[in-house]
Amino acid sequence: MSSSPSQSFVEIDNVDFSYGKRAILKGISLNVPKGKVVAIMGGSGCGKTTLLRLIGGQLVPSKGMVRVDGQDIAALDRDGMYAMRRKMGMLFQFGALFTDMSVFDNIAFQLREHTTLPEDMIRDLVLMKLDAVGLRGTAKLFPAELSGGMARRVALARAVALDPMLIMYDEPFAGLDPISLSVVGQTIRKLNNALGATSIVVTHDIVESLQIVDYLYFVSEGRIVGHGSPDEIRNSDEPFIRQFVHAELDGPVPFHYPAGNYHEQLGLAPVRPVTPKGSRP
Amino acid sequence: MIDAIRNLGSRGISSVWRAGAMARFFMLILANSGMSFRRFQLTIREIYFAGVMSLVIIMVSGLFIGMVLGLQGFETLQRYNAEETMGVLVALTLLRELGPVVTALLFASRAGSAITAEIGLMKATEQLKAMDMMAIDPMSRVVAPRFWAGAISMPVLAALFSSTGIFGGYLVAILLVGIDSGVFWSNLHAAVDFRYDVLNGIVKSVVFGVAISIIATFEGFDADPTAEGVARATTRTVVTSALTVLLLDLILTGFMLRGD
Repeated sequence: MSSSPSQSFVEIDNVDFSYGKRAILKGISLNVPKGKVVAIMGGSGCGKTTLLRLIGGQLVPSKGMVRVDGQDIAALDRDGMYAMRRKMGMLFQFGALFTDMSVFDNIAFQLREHTTLPEDMIRDLVLMKLDAVGLRGTAKLFPAELSGGMARRVALARAVALDPMLIMYDEPFAGLDPISLSVVGQTIRKLNNALGATSIVVTHDIVESLQIVDYLYFVSEGRIVGHGSPDEIRNSDEPFIRQFVHAELDGPVPFHYPAGNYHEQLGLAPVRPVTPKGSRP
Repeated sequence: MIDAIRNLGSRGISSVWRAGAMARFFMLILANSGMSFRRFQLTIREIYFAGVMSLVIIMVSGLFIGMVLGLQGFETLQRYNAEETMGVLVALTLLRELGPVVTALLFASRAGSAITAEIGLMKATEQLKAMDMMAIDPMSRVVAPRFWAGAISMPVLAALFSSTGIFGGYLVAILLVGIDSGVFWSNLHAAVDFRYDVLNGIVKSVVFGVAISIIATFEGFDADPTAEGVARATTRTVVTSALTVLLLDLILTGFMLRGD
């Protein structure tokens, strides 16, 4: 099925999701246009990764609808879901490389499972993917022999092994040094352009995101609290976005997690407010 | 007191729930076993890790247990001037009981725990989720080949255990006790019944292999995705497998006795 006339590849429409009684997403709606790189940003635990899982069909929303390439994800049966997932690639937060396989076999895995291509063609394709992330020389290494940044890039090459239409990145910049971070960021952009794909980057790295994405959504406490292009975000007066972009300590996202009275908890006498001389107590 | 009763009830419900989940998991494995046979090299690879890598511990244990059985048997049999039947004692003990049971206990500790740890770690590091997102079912690709590898390896290992055990008993009989080799083998040949002794032992080892493989794969798949969760799951595999094997042995032995 082709995508909707609005050319949105992913549409999330008024979606609620809860883990048991704990509400994670509350009436979220967003669109990811075809061919664009869109970032979903927010603090830890705000529901960003849950959104990716809903798009990938690993979770089902309790209300609302998630459409990918025009199809309602929750309505797909197992075969339909697997057919849909062949159009998707996903980079997991810590790579999730298969530790018992070499780098080469990790990338060849999907090609061997889903295609009947001859082994010499698979070899060429794997080397091309590895070359695209600058790691052709690591083909024979095992994941345990790679640095964090290299593992992330190998995982990136694996995510695009089947030239997917939608690539999802879960915290691709977490724990990377500045050089690796920049390399991964640029590779995400280049791969999206080269493959003509649509990308969703879930991250809290605002600096890198503003450089590589076309549009940003901000999520806080399960709701979209702001969105816009990188320029709009840089100039936004929205309190949450300002706090996030400028890394302010306090704001709509409080510094303190809700807790009881600090002095009472320490067993100290309550602090009396200082009353200026001459004024009534 | 109320807490103790509540705790007992909660544990009881949890155990029944786990048993039900395990039965359902077994059905899922059977339903997803096509790939394990269509692409048999996947299963062969797991047979190598579960079976071939267990050969040393199984054969060495079998040899020593056979030798000890020979020594202990000789001690008792000589009181009745029946030391020539030592081969019979060693063979029947191994084929009917010790072969399948001890192999199962060793297999659960060596291969069962490894299967649980491997699947549990794949879960903890999101490898199973990644596979699922690649439209490859982890039940077909990861769980079923390991299950079948365990179920196939276990009877072969039990047969090797019993064989090396009998050989150990033979060494003690010939080298230490001085029983004639011909007498040892002819008594053994005359007393051991293929259907009643050998086949029943094989049936036991198949049942134990299936039980251990279900437990090991289920515990790995069900493990909490943390280091502690995987450690707990591995321990549960060994403990549950050992108790299940001993209980099944009691039930099977009850059914297999001729009563004549």
